[in-house]
Amino acid sequence: MSTNVKVDTEIEDQELIQKFLKDTTLFLGPDPEIIRDHRIMPRTPSEEECMDKYTDLNQISSIRDRLQSACEEGFEMVEQMGAAPGAKWGDIITGIYSASGDLTIGSAGGVLIFSALVHHPIKFIIKNWIDEHTVGVNEGDGFIHNDSRYGNVHNTDQSMILPVFHEGKLICWAASTVHEGENGAIEPGGMPSMAETSFDEGLKMSPFKVVENYEIKRDILTFLQNSVREPKLQYEDMKVKLFACMRLEQRIKEVFETDGPDALTACLRYTNESVVTEVRRRISEWPDMTVRTQTIMDSTLRENALLKINLAVTKKDDRLIFDFSGTSPELTNRAINTQLPGMKGMVGQAFMNHIWPDLPRGQAGLSPIEFITQEGSLVDCSYEAPNSQSLMSIFHSFTVAQHATAKFLYSCPDKYTRVLAPWHNMINTFIWGGVNQHGEMLGNLCADLNGMGGGARMDRDGEHALAPIFATMADIGEQEMNEEEVPFLQLVSKKMTANTQAPGKYRGGMGYTMIASTKDSDQWGFMTTTQGSKVPTIQGLFGGYAGGSYPLCKVTDVDVYDVLLKNPEQFKHSIHETMNEQLFPGAKYSTHHMGMGFDISKRGELYMISQGSGGGYGDPLERDPTYVIMDIEEGLITSDWAKKLYKVEFNEETFALDLEATEKLRADYRELRKQQGKPYAEFIKDHVKDTPPADIPFYGSWNGDVDTIYAGSVDDKRDASNIGPIYVTNPKDVRIGELEAELEAVRKQAGIPSTDTRK
Amino acid sequence: MKVLMTEYLRIDLETENWECRVCEHVVGSARGNYKEGLLVYKRNPEDIHPSVIDPDKYKFTFCPDKDWVSIYEFYCPSCGTQMEVEYTFPGHMPLYDMEVDVDALKEQWSHREEILEPVKGPNILVDRTHGHNH
Ligand SMILES: [Zn+2]
Repeated sequence: MSTNVKVDTEIEDQELIQKFLKDTTLFLGPDPEIIRDHRIMPRTPSEEECMDKYTDLNQISSIRDRLQSACEEGFEMVEQMGAAPGAKWGDIITGIYSASGDLTIGSAGGVLIFSALVHHPIKFIIKNWIDEHTVGVNEGDGFIHNDSRYGNVHNTDQSMILPVFHEGKLICWAASTVHEGENGAIEPGGMPSMAETSFDEGLKMSPFKVVENYEIKRDILTFLQNSVREPKLQYEDMKVKLFACMRLEQRIKEVFETDGPDALTACLRYTNESVVTEVRRRISEWPDMTVRTQTIMDSTLRENALLKINLAVTKKDDRLIFDFSGTSPELTNRAINTQLPGMKGMVGQAFMNHIWPDLPRGQAGLSPIEFITQEGSLVDCSYEAPNSQSLMSIFHSFTVAQHATAKFLYSCPDKYTRVLAPWHNMINTFIWGGVNQHGEMLGNLCADLNGMGGGARMDRDGEHALAPIFATMADIGEQEMNEEEVPFLQLVSKKMTANTQAPGKYRGGMGYTMIASTKDSDQWGFMTTTQGSKVPTIQGLFGGYAGGSYPLCKVTDVDVYDVLLKNPEQFKHSIHETMNEQLFPGAKYSTHHMGMGFDISKRGELYMISQGSGGGYGDPLERDPTYVIMDIEEGLITSDWAKKLYKVEFNEETFALDLEATEKLRADYRELRKQQGKPYAEFIKDHVKDTPPADIPFYGSWNGDVDTIYAGSVDDKRDASNIGPIYVTNPKDVRIGELEAELEAVRKQAGIPSTDTRK
Repeated sequence: MKVLMTEYLRIDLETENWECRVCEHVVGSARGNYKEGLLVYKRNPEDIHPSVIDPDKYKFTFCPDKDWVSIYEFYCPSCGTQMEVEYTFPGHMPLYDMEVDVDALKEQWSHREEILEPVKGPNILVDRTHGHNH
């Protein structure tokens, strides 16, 4: 009796302390308890009750199917009515969330990374706004959110979140998320690579109420419109998302009518728990081992530097642990960092796209998977660090996950997809902005980013320009329709860039060339935001190679539209002819890395890029020679390179293969490998160094010691558990420093005194 | 029983060795790093990824920068098959990429039939070579 009293007072005390802390919290920032946890919430007593009441799996399954079609309907609405280019090609999710905020049923198409992270803001709303008398959560309310620090991919994605009630009781949530593009950041388009602090990233919407009685509050809307470059888009898409959520609510309420709210609750909980059980069963089928891999980042999007994404995946019984220790530290004034949920979401994407695409699209698929990260690293950055280009570290996280899991999957007797080499992982596209031919201000991007080359599979080549790693089904849009709204043309497009394939027994799918040129605006510009101009961003698989590197090529001081009128023969339809032949008199030709900050373009100047290739699979010497010839005939590779890479002999006029000579070439080459290759120990002695390259800025661990992190130079070694901030010098200041030193040296040499020697 | 671990490697559960699937060569102990039993060669990126645009005129050419990335190729010492390729930082140690729990593997396969040809999984796409026939 006395112990019980003591416990009761202790609980009362605790509650009092909690209430005091809550009342005196001056700022409800991102809550680590929420955003560091990707798992489904524990079963609630109410869910337990509903599950006891509804046990008929046929009923559960029929409700789930209805909710799934409701999500597809919502998706379709947003895709058809949304104004953002992202909406038009499926950079969307519409989903139904449990009362505790777990995303349980999501639209099957479009961008799946959302499935694993848009639940965080709902949990924030539940924790903070339900009992907050100045806010509250009521029927007809809608909440908006974009700040990735409260759980999101990046701040260009905006969500609308609606609670769904039955007779005053909160049963579930409906939400819709869209990659909106423009968000008022320092560069147009919503993903500034120039952001040096989080305050350069535009709108920072923590979850807040923007809809009451199913109506958008006009005062708040006006504030949001006033903060972005595309005020009309902001309004249109908030409405579209609200209507999609309302349609979901309508479909949910139809289930209340037919089956009752408790049956729906049972269905949601049962779905989540059964997915978790199934994922654990599938993991158990994998071999117990640790697989290690890494990818190389060659750029911060501002300057070239070497950064590492490091991954060790350990599978033991039904546990699967992704350990990102040893990854590059965050760069505190660069935009390529990601918040933890973004990285996890993208690993989830790898599973949903390429490993278990048959599982329901929801949060549960990732729930049993465990993660280890070093706080303050590129994949788990601090609150202060900008993350508007989190795609960089997110995409690399996808690739290491894809590369590592392939090595687990090969031996499994049950497979749900083909084993495949890593997909291309960068959005080689143009982000654009300015004033268009109709006088409207715009900021967004070309959907060609969706054409990433597919990885080669264990029994066939990768597909060209197929799909982005973040969506299996996404469109690249109609260029002719885009041109009605944007003042530039893609003068070359959908033409494969020859000799850029990732060789292998099966080669990776390739990407196409894009040559863009502004025509009808003198306030228009482009930016590109990818890595991989110096170092491939992916790996090949089982003896296959990665794709090459991808430059940005520019031709300035030319008006190509004039050229096309007067000397059309000077215009060539490929990057290599344009750059190598230099046929425009007086024009300047230059190459750059693909992290081009927003660049104002002039009429008729050329910006040229290529999409990337997916990774190759297997030893290129095993490639079927007829496939090699087919690639030559399709203009994917030239004869000389085909011979060099694949050791095939054929008649260059008729393409008739000489199989005997090919066999001999290949046998000879295997012998050559045996002569050139060194035994492992000898190779290590000759080639492996104790420290990273001294003359290139390097960030991350070296040779497997994940406790020590290099922070940009061989002399700057830090403790991985306490990395601290890292500030990188503005590349313009670096260049000014170089030029000043050069000038000083030249002055000295020529005996010219400095004009002003005062300090 | 032998378990097919990669396109070119398998583990013999009785002898506990990594073996080459092309020529049967015994690569080394399955409890260790198979790469230690292979030949290694540092490949110049220019041999694989051509400069699509003129490297004498331009800094960025579609060919990776060999000072920024190394390509390690791993060959079977007996048949010369290229079993693995690793893109890595210049001077970096090759990765111990598959550290297998051999005892767990034995236990797992004690409940399974031996598989001689790798399982491909569901087929959902039309093969490229057959596309013209329809
Ligand atoms: Zn062999």
